[in-house]
Amino acid sequence: MSVDTVSLTGWGRTAPTTAVRFRPRGDEEAAAVVRGRGPRGVIARGLGRSPGDAAQNAGGSVLDLSGLARIGGVDATAGVVRCDAGVSLERLLRVLLPLGWLPPVLPGTGRVTVGGAIASDLPGLDHRRAGSFTRHVSALELLTADGEVRTVLPGTTLFDATAGGLGLTGVVLGATLRLRRVTTGLMAVSTERAGDLDDLLARLTAGGDRLPYASAWVDLMARGRATGRGVLTRGEHATPDMRPAHAGRTRLSRRPGAAPGRSLLPGLPPLPGGLLGPAAALCNEVRYRGTPRARTGELRPVPAFFHASDALPDVRPLYGRGGLVRYRFTVGYGQEETLHRVVRRIAARRSPAVRAVLQRFGAADPGLLSFAAPGWSLELDLPAALPGLALFLDGVDEEVAAAGGRVCLAKDSRMRPETAAAMYPRLAEFRELRARLDPTGAFRSDLSRRLGL
Amino acid sequence: MKDAFGAPQSLLVLGGTSEIALATARRLIALRTRRVWLAGRPSPALDAAAAELRGRGADVHTVDFDALDSASHEATLGKVFAEGDIDVVLMAFGVLGDQARDEEEPMAAVRVAQTNYTGAVSAGLVCAGALQAQGHGSLVVLSSVAGERARRADFIYGSSKAGLDAFAQGLGDALQGTGVQVMVVRPGFVRTRATAGLPEQPLATGPEEVAAAIVTGLRRRSETVWVPGSLRVVMAALRHMPRPLFRRLPL
Repeated sequence: MSVDTVSLTGWGRTAPTTAVRFRPRGDEEAAAVVRGRGPRGVIARGLGRSPGDAAQNAGGSVLDLSGLARIGGVDATAGVVRCDAGVSLERLLRVLLPLGWLPPVLPGTGRVTVGGAIASDLPGLDHRRAGSFTRHVSALELLTADGEVRTVLPGTTLFDATAGGLGLTGVVLGATLRLRRVTTGLMAVSTERAGDLDDLLARLTAGGDRLPYASAWVDLMARGRATGRGVLTRGEHATPDMRPAHAGRTRLSRRPGAAPGRSLLPGLPPLPGGLLGPAAALCNEVRYRGTPRARTGELRPVPAFFHASDALPDVRPLYGRGGLVRYRFTVGYGQEETLHRVVRRIAARRSPAVRAVLQRFGAADPGLLSFAAPGWSLELDLPAALPGLALFLDGVDEEVAAAGGRVCLAKDSRMRPETAAAMYPRLAEFRELRARLDPTGAFRSDLSRRLGL
Repeated sequence: MKDAFGAPQSLLVLGGTSEIALATARRLIALRTRRVWLAGRPSPALDAAAAELRGRGADVHTVDFDALDSASHEATLGKVFAEGDIDVVLMAFGVLGDQARDEEEPMAAVRVAQTNYTGAVSAGLVCAGALQAQGHGSLVVLSSVAGERARRADFIYGSSKAGLDAFAQGLGDALQGTGVQVMVVRPGFVRTRATAGLPEQPLATGPEEVAAAIVTGLRRRSETVWVPGSLRVVMAALRHMPRPLFRRLPL
């Protein structure tokens, strides 16, 4: 097991803290770290894609599980896989697709580990149909504060606390997942442009569930009548008869060429701060105008549909030295006015917002701190160095909370503890369970200290 | 814990009645700070400062701290850190002295040096050790442009700040990679109680400007902050000026 002292941040590169990082080679070594933890506790970490401080533990131990990545026992008839927590969804997809199966939930990036997906109870692009990630977990192995490994089954309190529990109930070492059957490795994709936010919401609603996967990009820099315009992308798994003749060889497998896990383009240089705004506006304009008004039935490989952003170069240098803040919130159906107000406020600020994803969520999952709830979800990235952003986002928090919505804890890096408690009414229950299971506070993170989880 | 914008949730002020420190505390309370420790010699002024900050919604405690009693620093400050993480330590204690009198009375001059330098060395090291153990945090050291180049008019004070400044820079280098930030703040002439009655110098600022610069520096994770920023250029020129010429300047 390798051990080193490192300064860690989330993917957003804000608030660095130092911890001792352990990279166990097996479950036994991981258990030894948890048993021998110091007074400042331990937290699990995967690929470090969480934008905030959920996988940091200042002055304590961080258990890097990216090395525990065996995929064991794919049951290709029943569609069940047992895998280690450190397996990335990207790799799982690569292994399973040729067998005719898919990971149950695919978020916008494949660089998330199974453990991370459980700890943040990730919603995918078809949340309305499939729910969040842990809905498809039939069992998980949890390393608890006493250093023992327990098998946790759905329906138990410990399972509900661990699903979306941000690693604070223990270290997920492995899980058994129920998979999704597919007949081709292609997606039939339709793209349409919406002139403003109302149009976008209407189009998102109108399609119903005929095309299960749906998300929209919102141009948060467009103002006036175009405020909230965007591009809606929807897809379904292509059936064999939808495949064009030339796609025959790509059935259930990736096209050769694109090496998995690595961008084909070089990294981006940092951009001078003053150029960021105009460059972002131009980028959004090109993206909007460059999309056809409506296009249906386009075939794309599964990885390209779900994980298109993984093929792009690392955009973080563009956000400057201060790093980036990812803000993700959800408000219920009927609260569209709040969504409108937030979008208008961001547009009025003229913040350089390039990435903004709008989704619809379906029924909530039983996870005590699960994020997804029926309604609209908007996720956006902003440079942390923007003047006044801290107070601005506090204001948005208040609006979201007043509408009964919530901000995603797994992505958060800046919320007030009071706001978090107001948004997550089951937090008290979660705290109580933690106090009972883990009285010495073995599992801690910067996030848990910051928000008092 | 600090948030993504560097706003701390807990603050320890050494020199709890300092106007710059209190202005900074007010700004930080408006952002995220909820727990504040004001360390200083017990006095009605310290209690009043605590009461004022409490009125702004913070949970404020005072702690007896005497910069001149270096031997007690470890025990006093250790108790504060034992109560929970401290995200920002603001070292704001210091005395200006009275140059004319201090030149006559060496012991008075020594007192300036002991407060501004020796006291900061012991308190700074204790805090740095505690911050390093918790793996995060910022140590903000209020230095002065007076430490950048000694002037005839206040070289006793200036030399103590020069020592403090060099100490803080070295400490910052030593803590590189430990997650702890040391930020040296070099204000010019600041209009406070201590400087009341003194002739105002060019580029003078108030405590609010210094506080704003500190908050910005925390957000940017800066190593050095000049207040006002233009002093960086002015002092770069003055630092390299030949002494015969420097002596003749009306500073």
